[in-house]
Parts: sequence; structure tokens; C-alpha cells
Amino acid sequence: MSTAPIPVAVNTFREAVRDRVLYNLVFFALLMIGAAILVGQISIGIDRLVIINLGLSAISVFGLVMAIFIGVGLVSKEIEKRTLYSLLAQPIRRWEFLVGKYAGLVLTLVVNTSFMTLGLAAALFYVGRPFVRTDALILVAVYFILLQLSLVTAIALFFSCFSTPMLSTLFTLGIYVTGIFASDIREFGDLTKSPGLKALTRVIYYLVPNFHNFNAIAAASHGEAIPLALVAQNTLYAGLYVALLLVAASAVFSRRNLK
Amino acid sequence: MSTPAIEILGLTKDYPVGFWLTRTRRSLDHLSLQVEEGEVFGFLGPNGAGKTTTLKLLTGLIFPTAGTARVRGRSIDDVAMHREIGYLPEQPYFYDYLTARELLDYYGHFGTFGKTARRERVTQLLERVGLASAADVQLRKYSKGMLQRAGIAQAILHDPKVVFLDEPMSGLDPVGRREVRDIILDLKKQGKTVFFSTHILSDAEMLCDRVAVLAGGKLQGVGAPGEIMSVEVHAMDILFELPPGATLPASLAGRVTPIGGRCRMEVPEADLYAALDQLRRCEARILSVSPVRPTLEDYFLRMVGKQQTASSGVEVAVR
Repeated sequence: MSTAPIPVAVNTFREAVRDRVLYNLVFFALLMIGAAILVGQISIGIDRLVIINLGLSAISVFGLVMAIFIGVGLVSKEIEKRTLYSLLAQPIRRWEFLVGKYAGLVLTLVVNTSFMTLGLAAALFYVGRPFVRTDALILVAVYFILLQLSLVTAIALFFSCFSTPMLSTLFTLGIYVTGIFASDIREFGDLTKSPGLKALTRVIYYLVPNFHNFNAIAAASHGEAIPLALVAQNTLYAGLYVALLLVAASAVFSRRNLK
Repeated sequence: MSTPAIEILGLTKDYPVGFWLTRTRRSLDHLSLQVEEGEVFGFLGPNGAGKTTTLKLLTGLIFPTAGTARVRGRSIDDVAMHREIGYLPEQPYFYDYLTARELLDYYGHFGTFGKTARRERVTQLLERVGLASAADVQLRKYSKGMLQRAGIAQAILHDPKVVFLDEPMSGLDPVGRREVRDIILDLKKQGKTVFFSTHILSDAEMLCDRVAVLAGGKLQGVGAPGEIMSVEVHAMDILFELPPGATLPASLAGRVTPIGGRCRMEVPEADLYAALDQLRRCEARILSVSPVRPTLEDYFLRMVGKQQTASSGVEVAVR
């Protein structure tokens, strides 16, 4: 098995750290501290719900911003700055480079999300309630967020292989928003009497990843059980989509002229 | 018969141009040449001649429209070929958040070194290119010359048999150019093949076993710098002083260029003795007589001039 993607991944992570990307953790910490203090004063009995909801939503939003804005530059920035020229002259295949870049950003997101999860746990601890068994659901929700971020990163990387950062951002955001409403779009198509529109909404439904399934924030905050089957289904779903996107990205990038 | 270090066979590169990308611009036109093992080969041409295109094709950064090339018998499509080569891009730019040591260590992972061997090799190379004292400084703080040296270090990191250098002396001060020249000569001593593009002709004259001249994407000529220079009919250069009040005959006066209190005159070799006789009659003091050898630069300019006259450097075709 090829080990060439590993140093690329480590270097991508190192770049993120040195570019102070993880400074967003400071903002997250401030948000959690502020929320914990405020919630303790104004809410009675729902402090847990508010903190978990706010914390998980912030983890998701901060992660999405990182996945999209760093993801779209993963390849295009290297081409633009010409750092890729000397790297690809080394004995490394283009797909190995892509997989390394992808893994590096996912590693960054995992580290970032882990620290934010710790921050959320600290905020929950601060509002003065003991941890209960249902709090493990928070970890499941965080895992779903990570799956979602991995998928968004793969989409951003795919566009980054042939498009400008600006267009890649628009495409990735467009797919993400469409993916959140994928089920609604399909239902809308089913309700219309136009066969053409119905077919179109079906195509969109099957083509675009369904991000709605990765949202377990409400379940985690209300302590509702998350079926194990959903965990397995989401893992498989994200894994397959990521694999397909990486193969497509490699196919495009392998024939790209680096002018 | 040994395998050539580099074998280029009809390499052609077209780029799509225009809003709809329906037309093509030919950057390289059926380039064929061969570079032998251990040669220092200069690739000369003005900006836009196709030098960088050729190097990018050979290093697999772009793909040929037609033709092929082999490096030490391996096709340029083969990733194993990259184990045989090192490449310094034109105006190299590296990850500026890394130090030179980190950059080389990063690239070192793609070779066959173990961890200890890699670290030793990196330290050794940093010393060799004169960056030992700045090894742990981030590349964003490097001068252009230092970046170029870091670039050369990464190009020879894996001890490649063939080294491609794209304008390695470009933008360097005289000291930097001399250092790069020394590195190229050192590589030659080790039996490496060095293929470098340049438009600084004195460097090519000084370093190269053979040179190729490229203009408008077409190969204009290949040969040893000495062979190219001996092709021309020689002229002679006469430097002399005239006594006060002396005048030159009309047949010579038109050829003379005054330089300070002296005069310089270039005459065809066949007319040398007649010209010297006339100067002697004017009581001129002959200071020197030297042959005018066409330089590589003359050859280069003539070739480029021919190319421009033919105006066939850029082909535009409708798909």
C-alpha cells in the first residue's frame, strides 16, 4: 500500500496549524463561555438543551466554514503558488497527492472538532449538572458532523481540481444547501403534476448527498435515542460518496496540465 | 550501445486558446533530440520559445499533444521515471511556512531513505548549497538566491541521475550565479546528466557540453558550443591609434569606430593584410589584431531572427 499520501497529509495539517486556522477555537471557547454564563442566569431547567444545541451547531458551522474555505484551495492554491511543480516532480502519483491533501484537511477538522467537543463538555460541566448516559449521544452527533464535514471536504476538493476558489466555493455551498433540502426537493417534485419537474427533482435527490440525515443535534439535545442502524448507514453513505468523489477528482486531476 | 539519458521524439504541445477554446496555440513543435549520459546540456531560447514547456513535459507536469520522451529508457508517463530525475522549476516557490530543513525532509519522504538516512542527507545537502546556517529559518524569510539554492537542494535530494533546471541562474547576483555554476560542474563530476534552460548565454558557453537552440517552439540547432561558433566565416578586429593630423583613406574610414583616442575596425579575414598595409601608410600605430569569433549569442540571435522572419513560431489552427 502506498504511503506517499501520509507526508502530504501531515504537511497539510502543519500548514493549517501554522496558518493559525485553529485560532477559531478561541472564538468557539468565547462563545461557549458566554453561553454558559448567560444560560445559567436566564433559563431554568433547559440549560442543558440550550448549551448542547448551541455547542453542536457552532461545531457544525465552524467546521463547515473550514471545510469549504480551506477545501476549495487545497489544489488550486498549490497550482496558483506553483508549490505543486516541485512536489509532483518527486516520485508521487497525482492521486496520492490528492488523497494526502484530503486526509490532511480531514485530520485538521478532526482535531478542531475534538477540541470544540471538549469545550462543549466544559461548558456543560460549568452549568453545574452531572454527566448522564444520554450525553453519549453528543458524541454520536459530533461523529455525524465529522462525517458531514468529510463529505463537504471531498466536494470542495473535487471542484478545487478544475475550478477557481471562488466558483468552487459557490458550487460546494450550492451542493451543501441543496443536500440539506434534498428530501424536500423530492417531495416537491412528487407533488407537482409536471413529469419533467418530477424527474428533475428525482435526479437532484439521487445525485446530491443528503445532508439532512447527518443532523442529530436535536436528538442529542433532547436525549432521544439514535439508532445504531442510522450510524452504520451514515458511515457507509459518507464513505461511498467520499470514495466516489476522490476517484472523480483523481480522474480529472490526473490529466490536468499544470501550466 | 548505452541508453541515452534523455530521448525526445517528436514532442509537440498545443494549448487551446480563445473564449470557446476552439483554436490551438502550438507551444512546442515536433521537438526531437537526445542527451547522453553525463552531459551538461543547455537549452537556449528567448522567452516563449518553449523551454519551460519542454521541461514541464519531461517532468510530467503537462501532457504532450503528440510525441513522446524517455528518461533513462523510462517513459515520461511512468511514475518510476521520477525516481531518476530532479527538477528545479523556474522562479521556484515553496511552502513558505516551512523551513528549508522541513521542506527537504518532507520531499525526502517520497524517496527510499529511512528516517536517519533522510535526516543525514538533508543536513549534508543544506551544507552543500550553503544554507546550513539558515536551515531552520522559514522560507518566507529567504532571499531569491537562497530560495534558488533550496530549490537546487530539493532537485538533487534523491541523488537523481538526471537533473532538470529551469533557468537556474535567473535573477541571481554574480556570486549566486557562480555558486549555481559550481553546483552544476560538481554534478557533472559525479556523472549526472544536467539539462538546463537558460537565456544567459555566457553560462551556457561556460558549462555546456552541448546546447540546443529553440525559437517559436521549434528546434533551430543542436551542437557543442565550439562547433556552433566555428561555423561562421571569421572576421578580424584591428585596434589602432592614428598620429595627429593623419587621415584614413575613404575605403577604410567608413568602417572605423572611434573609442576614446583609439580606433577600432572590423574587416573580413581576406582583407586583413590590405587593410594593415593601408594603415601602415597612414603611419597608424597598430595596437592589436584579433579574430572575431561569432559567439553563441550571435548564433542564437541569428536563429531567432530567422524564426521571426519566417513568422512560423506560433501556429493557430481551427479545430
